[in-house]
Amino acid sequence: MNREEIEKKVKEIIVKKLGVTEAEVTPAASYVEDLGADSLDQVELVMEFEDSFSLGEKIPEEEAAKLTTVGSTIEYLVNKLGK
Amino acid sequence: MLMQGKQGLICGVANKRSIAHAIAKSLHREGAKLAFTYQGERLKKNVEEIASELGSSLLYNCDVSKDEDIKKLFEDVKKDMPYLDFLVHAIAFANKEDLEKNFHTTTRDGFKLAHDISAYSLIGMAREAMPLMQEKGGAIVTLTYYGSEKVVPGYNVMGVAKASLEASVRYLAADLGASNIRVNAISAGPINTLAARGISGFTKILEITPQKAPLRRNVEVDEVGDAGLFMCSPWSRGITGEVLYVDCGYNIVGM
Ligand SMILES: NC(=O)c1ccc[n+]([C@@H]2O[C@H](COP(=O)([O-])OP(=O)(O)OC[C@H]3O[C@@H](n4cnc5c(N)ncnc54)[C@H](O)[C@@H]3O)[C@@H](O)[C@H]2O)c1
Repeated sequence: MNREEIEKKVKEIIVKKLGVTEAEVTPAASYVEDLGADSLDQVELVMEFEDSFSLGEKIPEEEAAKLTTVGSTIEYLVNKLGK
Repeated sequence: MLMQGKQGLICGVANKRSIAHAIAKSLHREGAKLAFTYQGERLKKNVEEIASELGSSLLYNCDVSKDEDIKKLFEDVKKDMPYLDFLVHAIAFANKEDLEKNFHTTTRDGFKLAHDISAYSLIGMAREAMPLMQEKGGAIVTLTYYGSEKVVPGYNVMGVAKASLEASVRYLAADLGASNIRVNAISAGPINTLAARGISGFTKILEITPQKAPLRRNVEVDEVGDAGLFMCSPWSRGITGEVLYVDCGYNIVGM
């Protein structure tokens, strides 16, 4: 999966989960501050990413805690899934 | 179908991953009629959706930290269902900080909260459910975890609360047995749910368990669902006060 595909899928998941528009889901957007996520949403998002990208292993707590913006999520997944 | 003509209340569905959801699915498959509680408006839509998939529109708001809520819950249930054959209690909570730091830093309030929501709630609910079960007998099932017996890093105050829950199961079973009400716990292996992801070491637990468990894998949530069904069904009619392990055998291993 390349970066573009990853970005597209990440955005889809966020739009569906948080009920925001695609335009709002910019790399700099913070889940909590910009996209209105609460702590439950954040955990659910991490689990959605794991499932949708079929990550064999779960995203460890220390890593998950750093995924506070759309951009950081994309970077993490790009790194994980190669190019 | 095993549960044809039986009806009961499912407490603890948060989303589709919830263990309570898996138990509800198994019960539904066998023909049981279900009602659901949800914890506050935040989770109402999730539970509504799941309930409707399982043919139910009986939903009740209940925050188990409030005695009034528990009382009102069973008053409302009684209006819709004159009796209950089973009650599933799949509820637990602790402050995130208490599931991250060292156990000895647990605060008095954190200790109280974990025990209140995760252990006392079973006692409060069992008491209010009793009148609805008294005539025909009934089954109450709760969920626990091995961290009640052995130290699991990060599980901390929740382990202590689960020990209290398991002891409560035995004391309740002794009391309620006179009314033909059975009380049991299922000790499930680690499952990827919302509550589980609040435990700081959870992804580690999920990684290590299959290396040691006799079945060499993690348990599937549907397997816990079927065990829940068993504990609610007449097939377990001779069992009470028990903790049933549904953990791929992890608990029997010494090393
Ligand atoms: N997931 C696991 O690895 C695992 C293993 C063994 C036991 N368990 C136990 O299974 C049970 C269900 O948890 P789960 O893993 O399905 O997670 P979950 O997050 O899906 O469910 C926990 C439920 O507890 C409810 N809850 C919390 N505080 C409440 C309150 N004050 N009032 C009413 N409801 C409240 C939540 O609304 C939620 O529905 C818990 O008792 C948990 O400890 C879980």
